[in-house]
Amino acid sequence: MLNFSKINVLIIYLLFILITVFSFLNFQNENNQFIKKKINLGLDLQGGSYLLLEINSDNLVEEKIQSKVIPIKKLLKDNGINYKNFKIDKRKLILTIDDFEKFGLIFNSRKNNQVNPFIDNYRSHELEFKKIEKNQIEISFSKYGLLTINNSALKQSIEIVRRRIDDIGTKEPTILQRGEKRILVELPGLKDPERIKALLGKTAQLNFRLVTDNKEFGSDELISENGEKLNISKRIIMSGENLIDAQPSIQNQNNEPTVSFTLDRLGAQKFGRATTDNVGKRLAIVLDGEIVSAPNINEPITSGNGMISGNFTFQEATDLALLLRSGALPTPLLVVEERTVGPDLGEDSIKSGVTSLIVGFILVILFMIYKYKIFGLIANTALIANLLMLIGVLTILEATLTLPGIAGIILTVGMAVDANVLIFERIKEELKTEKSIIHAFDAGYLRAKITVLDANVTTLIAAVILFAFGSGPIKGFAITLGIGIITTLFTAYFLARHLTSLVVLNNKNKEIKI
Amino acid sequence: MSNYNFSAKFKHANIFSITLFLTSLILITFKGLNYGIDFKGGTLIELRSSNTEVTSIRNILKNLDLGDVNVKKFGRDGDFLIKVEEKGDNDNLIPKIKNSLSNNLNSEVNFRRVENVGPKVSAELLQSGVIAISLSLAAMLFYIWVRFEWQFSIGSIIALFHDVIITLGIFSLLSLEINLSIIAAVLTIVGYSMNDTVVIYDRIRENLGKFHKLNISDIANLSINETLARTIITSITTLLALFSIFILGGEILRGFSFAMILGVIIGTYSSIFVASPILKYFKVSYKTIEKEDERIVP
Repeated sequence: MLNFSKINVLIIYLLFILITVFSFLNFQNENNQFIKKKINLGLDLQGGSYLLLEINSDNLVEEKIQSKVIPIKKLLKDNGINYKNFKIDKRKLILTIDDFEKFGLIFNSRKNNQVNPFIDNYRSHELEFKKIEKNQIEISFSKYGLLTINNSALKQSIEIVRRRIDDIGTKEPTILQRGEKRILVELPGLKDPERIKALLGKTAQLNFRLVTDNKEFGSDELISENGEKLNISKRIIMSGENLIDAQPSIQNQNNEPTVSFTLDRLGAQKFGRATTDNVGKRLAIVLDGEIVSAPNINEPITSGNGMISGNFTFQEATDLALLLRSGALPTPLLVVEERTVGPDLGEDSIKSGVTSLIVGFILVILFMIYKYKIFGLIANTALIANLLMLIGVLTILEATLTLPGIAGIILTVGMAVDANVLIFERIKEELKTEKSIIHAFDAGYLRAKITVLDANVTTLIAAVILFAFGSGPIKGFAITLGIGIITTLFTAYFLARHLTSLVVLNNKNKEIKI
Repeated sequence: MSNYNFSAKFKHANIFSITLFLTSLILITFKGLNYGIDFKGGTLIELRSSNTEVTSIRNILKNLDLGDVNVKKFGRDGDFLIKVEEKGDNDNLIPKIKNSLSNNLNSEVNFRRVENVGPKVSAELLQSGVIAISLSLAAMLFYIWVRFEWQFSIGSIIALFHDVIITLGIFSLLSLEINLSIIAAVLTIVGYSMNDTVVIYDRIRENLGKFHKLNISDIANLSINETLARTIITSITTLLALFSIFILGGEILRGFSFAMILGVIIGTYSSIFVASPILKYFKVSYKTIEKEDERIVP
């Protein structure tokens, strides 16, 4: 175990130097980077906000099933199936039909089925039906139909969340999908997430609807911004989809902040026609079911440009413009988890983390020298090498360092010497029975090998499981702990062993105490 | 090499361990664990405001009608921690509390940390914490089974349960908060305690092969003594690192490092006084490992 071929020694030190070089990349000048790699600081160290958002697609499913009513009725009529008692029950349709067999055949046809399309990816139809009574059936979305709705809503939500956050202009935001219903948002450096939460909490579905007493399309009674009760037609003249831009502006006459918007070609046409036909009437601007304002249509607006006023402050106008620019969210988003760390707490955490690392490190080093003298120095050299390599690997992986991650490094320092302690203690035992010092060292390394490996694999298992199940900062702990074990094995079994062999082989004829 | 007669104390140690274990179980069951917002849901606010007293914060929050509110000092003077239990319908809770404190406290308020965990997420975090710990125990059981014999596997798992339950029992007794970092600490304890046990087991197996005439108690005693120096030195270096975190690492890591310190001490104890004596009850002898060898080497 003490013989190293030249090539082995070369490989060991080259590997060590190569990885160590990476650890120094973290100290590069920001503007003049040799290789763009460094350890990222977690939100708990640099300060910032973490938000976990959840979509709720129930409303969307209700809307979607309603949109199926007319196509299904048409399908039944076209195929001569008589139906009665057609009703919508939240996310289900219930109806009574006379020809059950025929309905099943048509409804589940795979060819050109517009009403109930076949989703190839899932090998399933969008809708499914079941018989609940004699001739009564219940139609609802199939498991995969629901999944499709959910997934497209989630994708769309992520896109819009990204647009809104980019628009606010926070630095380096992270926006990721988490599971089937959630979106993770990390905003480094953000001290107060309330504004972003408010902006993400609004779906921002904008509709232009006439104020009317005509009940033809049905109407909603809504309260206007001035507290009037108004009947608003359910017919949507134009929606936010047709908006291509929105900007806050100040109306010159009375310095009132407003939002001016620009419509696309289709929107301009729709808006132009509606305002031409309804001059003198009032047009309600409805955002998420609430009236923003309901101004009079004084003249036709055909330019495709318009303005929304509604007693805004400038901030409100800015936010509304941002929401309209970024588009509507398909479903409301709920903040299910939120963690914000202020920058000064982050700084304090770094300071106390680094202090405890240095102190822990010095204590362990002193103890090892006291305990093992020259071999303590070897163990300490291995420990320093270990630390450099650990930081190097973290840099190569561009891992995120968290406060528990720093704790993981300190713990690695404490536990890393274990490998060398195991080996040294074994050598001590061998020295008692073995006359040749070289043989004793050789046997010590050989016999301790299995134990060192076994002992470290157990901690590695814990680290891997922690990584798989942990979240955020805890993952950072698992990473440093896990990588620490690997660098520990390398430094103890290659680096320290080679140094030991140098000491032993150069002092062949002297007495060596350990 | 040290030469203590550990095996003579096995019986007393076992009674001591069982008593501690059962007391811990009773504490955990009846007194319960003090879950933090990670696992219970709710809101946590850490703030810094000089010349402020706990009572003045409490009085301001009382007017907000938040239900169960807990205010305490956190670390140095002027740092406070507020915990509000989840009520479900507190959409604008955080801005409400922040505004109210900013407006009503006489000195400037710096909100250093704000966390809010919804009931669904906290339930999931608790669940995944329990799964992670169970899975790590199962993985250890499996690893030792592969590397050693089943008697060793069972012995080490009993020792691990002993460590985890007693650590949690002490947390229950002292009403210390269980949060995500405590789960991390428990898992690390599992790894550490296993590490310690494996070193002694390795030696027991080696000695079983060497000394056919010694019974398992003597083998265990010999093996513990042979590895004792290493056991103690590694515990010391690990504890040096942990105390450094505990004292200097700041308030956030205090619970974590405390759990780890407990775990290292209990884990070291259990490797000697729990994992090793158990082999005796399984009647482990040199034949146990010989059989195993025959099976592996055809």
